[in-house]
Amino acid sequence: MIERKLLLGDEAIALGAVHAGISGVYAYPGTPSTEITEFIQANAPEVRSRWCTNEKTAMEAALGMSYAGKRALVCMKHVGMNVAADAFVNSGITGVNGGLVVLAADDPSMHSSQNEQDSRFYGKFTMIPILEPSNQQEAYEMMKYAYELSEQLNLPVLMRIVTRLAHSRAGVEIKTPLKQNALNPDNERTHWVLLPGNARRQYALLVEKQPRLLASSEASPYNKASKSAGKAPLGVIACGIAYNYVMENNPPQLGVPVLKVSQYPIPEAAIKALSQECDSLLVAEDGQPLVEEQVKGLLGADYNLKGRLTGDLPRMGELTPDCVGAALGVTIPQAFATAQNVMPRPPALCQGCGHRDVYDALNRVAAEYADARIFGDIGCYTLGALPPFRAIDSCVDMGASITMAKGAADAGVFPAIAVIGDSTFTHSGMTGLLDAVNDNANITVMISDNLTTAMTGGQDSAGTNKFEAICHGLGVAPEHVRVVVPLPKNMEEITRIIREEIEYKGVSVIIPRRECVQTLNRKLRQKKAQQQ
Amino acid sequence: MKKDIILAGVGGQGILTIATIIGDAAAVAGISLKQAEVHGMSQRGGDVQSNLRLSTDEIHSDLIKEGAADLIISMEPMEALRYVTYLNNDGRVVTSTNPFKNIPNYPDEATLMQKLNALPNVATLAIEDVAKENNMPKSANVILLGMAARYIEILTPQQLRQSIARVFASKGAKVVEMNQAAFDLGLNAVK
Repeated sequence: MIERKLLLGDEAIALGAVHAGISGVYAYPGTPSTEITEFIQANAPEVRSRWCTNEKTAMEAALGMSYAGKRALVCMKHVGMNVAADAFVNSGITGVNGGLVVLAADDPSMHSSQNEQDSRFYGKFTMIPILEPSNQQEAYEMMKYAYELSEQLNLPVLMRIVTRLAHSRAGVEIKTPLKQNALNPDNERTHWVLLPGNARRQYALLVEKQPRLLASSEASPYNKASKSAGKAPLGVIACGIAYNYVMENNPPQLGVPVLKVSQYPIPEAAIKALSQECDSLLVAEDGQPLVEEQVKGLLGADYNLKGRLTGDLPRMGELTPDCVGAALGVTIPQAFATAQNVMPRPPALCQGCGHRDVYDALNRVAAEYADARIFGDIGCYTLGALPPFRAIDSCVDMGASITMAKGAADAGVFPAIAVIGDSTFTHSGMTGLLDAVNDNANITVMISDNLTTAMTGGQDSAGTNKFEAICHGLGVAPEHVRVVVPLPKNMEEITRIIREEIEYKGVSVIIPRRECVQTLNRKLRQKKAQQQ
Repeated sequence: MKKDIILAGVGGQGILTIATIIGDAAAVAGISLKQAEVHGMSQRGGDVQSNLRLSTDEIHSDLIKEGAADLIISMEPMEALRYVTYLNNDGRVVTSTNPFKNIPNYPDEATLMQKLNALPNVATLAIEDVAKENNMPKSANVILLGMAARYIEILTPQQLRQSIARVFASKGAKVVEMNQAAFDLGLNAVK
């Protein structure tokens, strides 16, 4: 009997990877990629799956597992690719031994992100194959294909998904699982020691492999053209999930031929063939116009090419069946007008959350200084930017609170205060704190420690129980590493300590520590359930 | 046959549980399903919605087109109105009338109810009040599902009721019983 499971796109990828015989998954939590690793943690104890400190350590550990001959998966959200980029790009030069798949979950429309960068650019830049599934079944099956491709080409494979696939559920047909690879380290040091002499040789090998990558795309089961029906005014190149939005508009009925693209480099021969059949082509791709730009180069400036660059599709934001339909000339009359009196309902810090008390205290003290600036960071506490707190002046990237506070203090801002969460601090804040210590920067750092990675649903935080030791080790004077419990009843003590540390001319760290109310409640519920 | 449903509410009101129950019923019945959820930042008390698509044929898009939804099921009246542009001509709204006020500029309730009642096909119930009166405050979302059950059509109320038993099985017989009672309350509240 065929087994079917109802799975999120993320879960389909996780199960696909487990069934492709991975020995390890390496990841830092980040929406919309988190559920991949969580699913493996919950369902595949044979796979090494503990959370990593950041995306770079994850990428490097996975490369080490590949070096040892086993299959590894790395998962991250799109902005995590920026953190992992050094290791990622060089993994194209070293090549791989055991299959290595890097899963990047992009977030077009920035549902939970600071930007909507398109990870496919990283794959192109690294000159490796990219896979982009259109649905959950394909995502599941593609994992096995991806590991085979990775081992055939001795290259990492980038799998790119978007939020709508990651967080959408559908029935998935399950196939027979494969066994894990045996330990088999690569003895060829010249592959792995990227001294310039070796690196040049390895890079030349990567360049030489490019025709094989193209041939693989041209023959890929995931790139397929609809049956030719002769000359047509318009054809569509539909990439990844955009294929679904195109199909939702019933292109066979419209007489529109479709080329589905789910493997890159772009299948040039198939695109040229489609262009000869059609007077114009629409490129439907979620994210940035990567394919559109390439096809423009392939077909020349005179060809009538449509897409995000021409305004036929919106230049930014995720695609929808509506905007793709409009580009195909399909619209449905609206039955009901937009309701007035519907107000935005932005997310907010939970009632009882310790971050609330931190911002309450900071706002009280900051009000005493005309020029106080509070540099924020990435996590639940970014919500401190919204009413009622309106407490932070910046939020840029993981760890930037400390280093931006340092730069601003260097320029003369006083007081320069950083607010960073526990998990973000170990992800990318520690190195910045060392810079601040070495330069004796006049900053006050609040490590708001809720003992978890809360924003993404409460994963383990890498530094729990180690923060004082880390700060001491980085050289912060022990008398200026202060711990408080963020509760309204302690407000007087907290504000006093903040004032004292602002007035100290040097680096001070205040650690407000209280468990996230969400994880605390979950633990209490689990405990109660166990007792029953 | 197809049914495109938008589930709406505020983070924490349990709309994903409704989706799980319908999803389980669809899987067991062997009909196609796609269900796009909202995870991440919005779950912190923001507005949340899920596009739930059921069909006897293949489903392509994870998202429902504007003007194409058959049903809006909402835990909150203002959240129901947020998605009316997605309804088709014969579209129906099933919603709780209990407002969830976690914003300072929540609109006037009487006007909200006027807008809701002006829609051609609408079923309303003060779900949270009913849940509290019946000592099942945690099952408010399942009462709502019961209310919507006879409009889902592609699945029968009986199929949904059986799913409740499966979805809550791990929590014990008492929880299953309470949720089936909640479902029946909702089902019988609309005729």
